[in-house]
Amino acid sequence: MKNFNPSTPVIKAKTYATKQSIKLSEKTLQRKEKASGFLLDVGNMASFIGAIFRETFSTQFEFKEFLRQCFQIGNKSLPLVATTGAIMGVVLTIQSRPVLVDFGAVSMLPGMVAISMIREIGPVITALICAGKIGSGMGAELGSMKVSEQIDAMEVSATNPMRFLVVTRVLAATLMIPLLVIFADTLGFFGSWLGVNIKGSVSFTLFFSQAFSTIEFIDFIPAVVKSFFFGAVIGIVGCYKGYNAGRGTESVGLAANSAVVLSSLLVIVVDMIAVQITDMML
Amino acid sequence: MTEIHSQTAAPENSAAIHERVVEIKNLRKSFGSQEVLKNLSLELFKEENLVVLGKSGSGKSVLIKCMVGLLFPDEGEINVLGKDVINLERNELNELRKEIGFLFQGAALYDSMTVKQNLEFPLKRIHKKLSQKEVYDKINTALENVGLIDALHKMPSQLSGGMRKRIGLARTIIVDPKIMLYDEPTTGLDPITSDEISRLINDVQKKYHTSSIIITHDLDCAKTTGNRIVMLKDGEVYANGSLKELENSPDEWIKSFLSKK
Repeated sequence: MKNFNPSTPVIKAKTYATKQSIKLSEKTLQRKEKASGFLLDVGNMASFIGAIFRETFSTQFEFKEFLRQCFQIGNKSLPLVATTGAIMGVVLTIQSRPVLVDFGAVSMLPGMVAISMIREIGPVITALICAGKIGSGMGAELGSMKVSEQIDAMEVSATNPMRFLVVTRVLAATLMIPLLVIFADTLGFFGSWLGVNIKGSVSFTLFFSQAFSTIEFIDFIPAVVKSFFFGAVIGIVGCYKGYNAGRGTESVGLAANSAVVLSSLLVIVVDMIAVQITDMML
Repeated sequence: MTEIHSQTAAPENSAAIHERVVEIKNLRKSFGSQEVLKNLSLELFKEENLVVLGKSGSGKSVLIKCMVGLLFPDEGEINVLGKDVINLERNELNELRKEIGFLFQGAALYDSMTVKQNLEFPLKRIHKKLSQKEVYDKINTALENVGLIDALHKMPSQLSGGMRKRIGLARTIIVDPKIMLYDEPTTGLDPITSDEISRLINDVQKKYHTSSIIITHDLDCAKTTGNRIVMLKDGEVYANGSLKELENSPDEWIKSFLSKK
């Protein structure tokens, strides 16, 4: 048998090539796992959404829990949404005023703020705030219920946890977010009026008559419709992440975190799609 | 090689001898490459307290989760109250689950509900035709049975570990199950509370005539509650018999397990 000397350049090159090949195949394997993990996640989410639809139209609807969730999502988010909406109105007015003054178009300020708030800022900012507050809350709550076996306990007591926990939350979020958006828009108008009065003096009636003369009813519809989708996205992602959390306590934090990140991202994506559709239709 | 030291021992109640409520045959369950249950077979007789002993990770909890359809085995048969659990439809499985009580390791009380609401939750869903007074009476009876009538309006966060286990037990027995599954009922409790829970398990068995599987690695709990003991090792039934038979076993592993507290 021929005796190879591992120090020869040929053998060194072969060893190097083998090592590189192993590294490459490991990397390929990792990428494949990541890709299949992503596809698996997409498939799981699709089946989760399918289950939500199925359970929504089932005969036994958990109405009491749905009302409780509406209260939790709607009423308890009011102060945060109100403050944010009002501040956005003030900030938008103060930032826009100098530019409009340069063009001699300061009288257009109420109308511009109204359109911005109704079409874009109100729905998107409210949805992002809710993605943080409600999405993380759902992810953490359902995640901790999973970890502490409360979801399993519900299952073994012959109750469908999907119906009780998920459907009620998703529907409550879908219904409450548009209401919160309308509330934020209203507070945004008041904030804008305050912003106008910091530098000048405009009566309440004049401000609102100018604002409402610019906007039309058709401006409300796409904004409200996309708010329903924002609510559904936040509810579905929050519940999905919590419901599918791992078994350790660490997974509760991960579920809450990924619920916020993914739902915020999807809100922006849905907004982009909604703007395109609105642009085509109007 | 699995070593069976004794063939199935029947419960003390002679009337219940040979009436099987649970029959598990050749059960296998893997998580990825890890095989947790390997060809496991066991039986539970009517009104029997069967203790399943084994080290952590020997597949004890997986076994009872397979019995209620929380996990599905890779192979084998699970027959509970004459029904083949693996092949049941969801509705049929839910009907079967109404006959089974499951006490989770951490009691799994619903955090957002009071003790009363926790007890009402399964009761109103399983016995839908009960009047409000009947529901209230049943809640009171269940809480009296576990000695915690004063906890009615407390939140789970206000309860100690032992109290949570008792409320968990009350929530389970309130629907009058035929079979009780206890997942490590005394884990994390002090010796006195552990003893109280063990006695409570016996009381439940006597009062409600339940057949129970008690998953534990607490020997004191096993001694207090068990009519028969099954020892699991590496996902298989390693030994099966009464406590006395197992204590007299010459097997080194059984000796070392039973001698350690």
